Amino acid sequence: MSAGPVRPAAVSLRGVSKRFAGRGGEGVSALSPIDLDVGPGEFVSLIGPSGCGKSTLLRVVGDLVAPTGGSVQVNGKPAHQARRDRDYGIVFQDPVLYDWRTVARNIALPLEMLGWDRQRRAGRVQEMLELVELTGFEGHHPWQLSGGMQQRVSIARALSFSPALLLMDEPFGALDEMTRERLNGELLRIWQQSGCTIVFVTHSISEAVFLSTTVAVMSARPGRIVGVVDIDLPQPRTVDTREEPRFFELVTEVRERLRKGGGAEALAEEELLLVEEER
Amino acid sequence: MVARGRVRGVLVFLAVLGALAAIWEGYKAIGEATGLTWPFEVNDRSMPHLHDIVGELFEPSRRNGPLLIGVLLKAAVFTAREAILGFLLGATTGFLLGIALAHSRLLERGFLPYIVASQTIPILAIAPMVVVWLGAGLFSVAIIAAYLTFFPVTINTLRGLRSADPRAHELMDSYAANRWAVLWKLRVPASMPYLFTALKISAPASVVGAIIGELPSSIQGGLAGAILNYNIYYITSPASLWATDVIAALLGIGFFGTVVVAERLVVHRAPEHVA
Repeated sequence: MSAGPVRPAAVSLRGVSKRFAGRGGEGVSALSPIDLDVGPGEFVSLIGPSGCGKSTLLRVVGDLVAPTGGSVQVNGKPAHQARRDRDYGIVFQDPVLYDWRTVARNIALPLEMLGWDRQRRAGRVQEMLELVELTGFEGHHPWQLSGGMQQRVSIARALSFSPALLLMDEPFGALDEMTRERLNGELLRIWQQSGCTIVFVTHSISEAVFLSTTVAVMSARPGRIVGVVDIDLPQPRTVDTREEPRFFELVTEVRERLRKGGGAEALAEEELLLVEEER
Repeated sequence: MVARGRVRGVLVFLAVLGALAAIWEGYKAIGEATGLTWPFEVNDRSMPHLHDIVGELFEPSRRNGPLLIGVLLKAAVFTAREAILGFLLGATTGFLLGIALAHSRLLERGFLPYIVASQTIPILAIAPMVVVWLGAGLFSVAIIAAYLTFFPVTINTLRGLRSADPRAHELMDSYAANRWAVLWKLRVPASMPYLFTALKISAPASVVGAIIGELPSSIQGGLAGAILNYNIYYITSPASLWATDVIAALLGIGFFGTVVVAERLVVHRAPEHVA
């Protein structure tokens, strides 16, 4: 995860902490001082149990949540400036599409903010539709699409203005396993085509290992990074990657790190809760 | 499927209309046969036959005069002009007020109580003052209609502008969007279903406001003049007043229907967001 010598790190966190004000007392520590570097073109996953602050950390990088302490640099400038310069695109767990806009106009939303003219927007929208394989759906409204298609529109919207950095907050968490694996493959293809840097929040170990060049393992109370695992699986990754012995070794390694950080129990707890909920 | 649903809708509408007519005529027949006197005596004066009310429309309004329907339609057009102006005035004022209040809790806290209080003052008490200030005429009547129109629009716009999902706002933040862009690209579109709910209330209310506004102005050309006139002649010709009410109601329904059509054309929201 070291920055290249020439280009500045895509993301550089130094001593970043976050406390949420509580009632009266000290408040809740969401993030204890965190250092993290993400090099240009890397695909870094943040994995950890619920409440470990991984979504908060992503929002700190995007300057959507102000850290209590530490410094955040994005593309070599302060996070606030990076946001003002529209240096990153963001994808949430829900697609967060504007349902009064068609697919094409949702994808064009950031381009409107950037002041692109109509013709240029239309051209880019067609390219993005091709990229996420939704050509022909430009006139549909979001509620006419499946959950997986909606999330692809959301990715197209985030990438439409070619940001150098893509922030993704459990983007496939609400989808079924099969759709999720297909979109994992698509995301890798898009990542390679666009050459952007991706910071990806997930609580699926196999998803993190399959997608990433690096996995940062987080732990809760307070949120911190307890380990960094380099994923040395060869590129490009395919459906066969998931069946390689090395894939399972790495999954095991990430799981071990989670357990040491107290995360595995928390993950297991979470799964139990999910089972309870399903009942 | 759509066509079949529409046919079904029309059939249900006609069935309800028929049932209401049957209740009216049934009550009248039973009331007359049994000599019912409570809560009122049932006869051709208190409850004219429906066919007499409709028939009255096609009788001369006075000896050798034009047909009643011609007189009433002319009055309806007269009142409609005031109501449309009042509706546009009230809806615009209400919408802009809603935007102003949505942007500042301070403004909201300062002004909302007075806006609510304004609606507790009877419109009949406000109307003469507007006439005193602005003189009798189209504009003063429109102001009175606007007074009844703006309030639901303000309240619903305020709610609608605050209805957008927090993540939708976060997305705008990620683009470093300014207030103006957030307003027009997110908050206003998100408020549209709320706005149209208010407009559906306001549109018929503007007709009521226009009719009430005509009273203190002593304006004769509108529906208020017709109502007063046929009220005087109720003993001799009760169906005329009923016919006037029918035309006034149709005008209000027309206003409502126009808003519904406009909503279909303007609002393209997910089914769960459409009232």
